[in-house]
Amino acid sequence: MASPYRKLLVAQVRSQTQYRVSFGLDLFFSTVLTGLDLATVWVLFTVNDSLGGFAGRDVLLMVGIAAFAFPAADLAVGSVERLRVYVRTGLFDAVLLRPLSTLWQLVAMDFAPRRVGRVVQGTAIYVVALAFAPVQWSVPVAVLVVLAPLAGAVFFGALFVAGATVAFWWIDSGEIANAFTYGGRDMTSYPMTVFGGLFRRVFAYGMGFAFVAYLPALAMLGHSDPLGTPDWLRWCSPLTSLVVAALAAWFWRTGVRHYRSTGS
Amino acid sequence: MSGDHVKRDVTDDQDAHEDRRLIGLVSTGALRVLAALAGAEFRRYLTYRQATVAGAFTNTVFGFMRCYILLSVADVTGQVAGYNPGQLVTFVWVGQGLLAVVNYWGQQELPERVRSGQVVSDLLRPVDLMAGFVAADTGRAAHAMLTRFVVPVAVGLLAFDFYLPQHAVTYLLFAVSVVLAVQVCSACRYLVALTSFWLLDIRGAQMVWVVASGAGSGLYFPLPVLPDWLVTVLWVGTPFPSLLQAPLDVLVERGGIGHGLVLIAGQVAWLVVLVGLGRIVQRRALRRLVVQGG
Repeated sequence: MASPYRKLLVAQVRSQTQYRVSFGLDLFFSTVLTGLDLATVWVLFTVNDSLGGFAGRDVLLMVGIAAFAFPAADLAVGSVERLRVYVRTGLFDAVLLRPLSTLWQLVAMDFAPRRVGRVVQGTAIYVVALAFAPVQWSVPVAVLVVLAPLAGAVFFGALFVAGATVAFWWIDSGEIANAFTYGGRDMTSYPMTVFGGLFRRVFAYGMGFAFVAYLPALAMLGHSDPLGTPDWLRWCSPLTSLVVAALAAWFWRTGVRHYRSTGS
Repeated sequence: MSGDHVKRDVTDDQDAHEDRRLIGLVSTGALRVLAALAGAEFRRYLTYRQATVAGAFTNTVFGFMRCYILLSVADVTGQVAGYNPGQLVTFVWVGQGLLAVVNYWGQQELPERVRSGQVVSDLLRPVDLMAGFVAADTGRAAHAMLTRFVVPVAVGLLAFDFYLPQHAVTYLLFAVSVVLAVQVCSACRYLVALTSFWLLDIRGAQMVWVVASGAGSGLYFPLPVLPDWLVTVLWVGTPFPSLLQAPLDVLVERGGIGHGLVLIAGQVAWLVVLVGLGRIVQRRALRRLVVQGG
């Protein structure tokens, strides 16, 4: 069953590595790009040697979780963004005709191997962060250290899928999805205390971005949330990710059923 | 053998065009064609209503995020690198509005045309490739100014306290600086697109551009936050601050009107350099062009 997917994946990797100079530059600079997010946080941190009331090693831990979670999701399912091309051209018909899952076909057909570099780099940042941050090690914390970045990746993966699904109704909606995926990536690297007002309530807690890196990092560090969320919520990121993933899967199925093909 | 033949033909043809154009560049006919190109692009973007709404929404979300982040940094000492909170608010929101106008990251159509060989039909037209590119981009920018710029700035004005310019002339200088920023960006993106004549696939070069332009232009944070030597290197050695930091510094009157004029002069200088570079690279690129499969 896995073999058709593997063939699609291998074909993608081979085709994209054909233009070697371009692939090399792309791989290198897309890796640098993740470093740039980190550099931005660092530059803003150095202005006062604190960020939203948190010390550097604490912020680094949040950055580390986000630096793994987003690129991992982007590598795994980020190519689903191309759905709008399939819907506009009617190519999605072909996807539906094959006896394979629609979502996994799309993922395999547009797999982008250049994104591997960012995952490697994000993992490195996370490991360094764990070494430097004053993590209060215990068994539950160790479990969370492993689960939190994976849960974050599932969370972002669900956002990628949900964002792409909008294209079934609204073809040029890609940018709206960017607000939540790339916007979410930027947001989760910061302590939620830097944000304010309605924005924080809606995005951090309502939509769950606080669960990706901020709350798990607080649990690892043994701090309570200065914004007053109950302590037990800090451990819930795997759970919220599953809920978001289930919602995204339901949305995707609704979208596929809504697909009307194209042409006159 | 036949590849050589095609290459020579296109090159000779282009040289002939080049000569005619040098005479025709100042003529009203050429200007009319370019204006028509800009108008067509403006109308084309008018039809992308979904994308415009979606883009404005995203710029607005990013506006809230960046604004809160910078204000939180300013919270400790009341300023960041000499910008007071009001100036930071203006910087972030007008920056988000300008992002689509200056258009760092728009889809490039030229490289795909080079890869497929369709560029030949562009070269056969009596319009210079670069002039056509810049004219079309100007039409797009005009549309973005009326739509993508207005939405985030309006939302920002409602939600935060802006720094408003103290001198009326600042608005004029800002307008001039924005026009220059758009042109500098067009010239940069044209150079990126031209790499397709050598590489065929520009994703790599595009990524270099995205990284450099984003980090070097003040999009993520005002450049003066960085060490002084690095800021100087960026201003003098790269065109990136001309894309966003320059118009924004003009608008928040950093260093007064006089400093604003210096920034505008810097933008003009970069525009001249980049257009010159674009001409040279274009000439070489066209000599390399091989239309495959023909």
